[in-house]
Amino acid sequence: MSTVLAPDPQLDPMVPTLARITRKIDEIPDVVTFEMEADGWSGFAPGQFNMLGPFGVGEIPISLSGPASKRERLVHTIRAVGPVSRALVELQEGAVLGLRGPYGAPWPVERAQGRDVMVVAGGLGLAPVRPVLYDVLENRDDYEKVIVLYGARRPEEMLFADELSTWRARFDIEVAVTVDHASVGWHGHVGVVTSLLRTVGYDPANTTAYVCGPEIMMRFAARALTDAGVAPGEIWLSMERNMHCAIGLCGHCQLGPVFICRDGPVFDWARLRPLMQQEEL
Amino acid sequence: MIVDDLKEIVGGHSMFAGLGTEFLELVTGCAKNVRFHGGEYLYREGEEANEIYLIRDGHVAQELGAPGQGRMTFQTIGPDGVVGLSFLVPPYRWSYDARAQDDVRAISLDATCLRGKCNADPALGYEVMKRFMPTVVDRLHDTRLQLLDVYGARS
Ligand SMILES: Cc1cc2nc3c(=O)[nH]c(=O)nc-3n(C[C@H](O)[C@H](O)[C@H](O)COP(=O)(O)OP(=O)(O)OC[C@H]3O[C@@H](n4cnc5c(N)ncnc54)[C@H](O)[C@@H]3O)c2cc1C
Ligand code: FES
Repeated sequence: MSTVLAPDPQLDPMVPTLARITRKIDEIPDVVTFEMEADGWSGFAPGQFNMLGPFGVGEIPISLSGPASKRERLVHTIRAVGPVSRALVELQEGAVLGLRGPYGAPWPVERAQGRDVMVVAGGLGLAPVRPVLYDVLENRDDYEKVIVLYGARRPEEMLFADELSTWRARFDIEVAVTVDHASVGWHGHVGVVTSLLRTVGYDPANTTAYVCGPEIMMRFAARALTDAGVAPGEIWLSMERNMHCAIGLCGHCQLGPVFICRDGPVFDWARLRPLMQQEEL
Repeated sequence: MIVDDLKEIVGGHSMFAGLGTEFLELVTGCAKNVRFHGGEYLYREGEEANEIYLIRDGHVAQELGAPGQGRMTFQTIGPDGVVGLSFLVPPYRWSYDARAQDDVRAISLDATCLRGKCNADPALGYEVMKRFMPTVVDRLHDTRLQLLDVYGARS
């Protein structure tokens, strides 16, 4: 990407590099996926995020949602919820924006080698955890059972529906989806995503779980997994907090003694549980 | 022989797994095999809750009609699940519809029969309550989570 001139981020970690949108995919209402290119981009680890900034509006953390093994691929899936995310979602192919990253502690994917892999995702949470699935499926033989449980609010709000169907057709991965409610024409499962945990077979003592979605859903899922016998240290969650610097300087993202941007966003439940119980710290 | 088969099926369902022989016989005395075709209703809102269904195969959708929104499914229950918890508490009336999503095989327990046996033998009653309560509590938690509408934008 030689035509885009970027400031040298080495000089100041707060100075973004420039990225260009090469492809825009409309996923579901208010949600788009951008494939992008950026000077100096050299890959990421599943679970990491970039700070994306449409010029003159602000900057927000957005996880990488593409395959980490394809180092040149820079993919983000974004939902418009407020001013910055909406400005991002409205950008078109060819648009240039600011990018800093990748940041954050990744999902520990290799940890699940030789074990059952349980991915529990809700709503847009499927995007940050999708790189885990790409990694696991590329090295399928290294893992025992692979189970994906995905919940959305309504059938029309299911993210990556085509990809979920493709995975579902494979024999080496179990995919179960559910919606919170549906009109009677829907013939799939209806109920919260945690209810799917009661319907699948896995070995809790030999399971590593990756959970991503709204915080309440993650708490319920982590509790249900622990109740089933999965060790708290084997349940990994990705946390969201408003961020400013993303490099552990400003304290915007503080949760008790940890900074989500620097120490997370991925944490295990053993570490997170006490922090979530004293949220007001 | 047929009763023995039924006993095995009832005892094989997670709701009654591990139940002692004597209690299992009492429960099986209220049981029969039933089938529903996809689209058929197991029961309708407002009717008397006189049966409990232990699902063996297939899926049942619990539905409610909401004014202006048409009919909504708020929960589906699959194999090894149980449908019809309203049998537990007066006034023993269904609060919503239950419709077979596909062909359903189930054990139907006559609720009046089971309640009668539970009243006559509190030890059985306690055992039955202990077995149904976790499902009631799970559903309560699920409902709370659904009510929170966690996938919407935070306000
Ligand atoms: C590590 C990390 C990774 C993230 N990855 C992604 C990602 O891959 N894709 C993505 O779309 N978002 C992701 N987010 C969330 C994203 O950063 C926020 O949605 C964004 O900061 C909102 O900024 P805004 O200015 O558009 O809205 P704001 O003005 O900050 O918020 C507007 C309204 O939306 C609500 N809101 C804010 N964030 C969310 C949210 N996440 N979900 C629901 N409601 C919200 C606010 O409470 C407020 O009511 C991530 C966040 C973190 C911390
Ligand atoms: S965002 Fe500044 S410390 Fe985390």
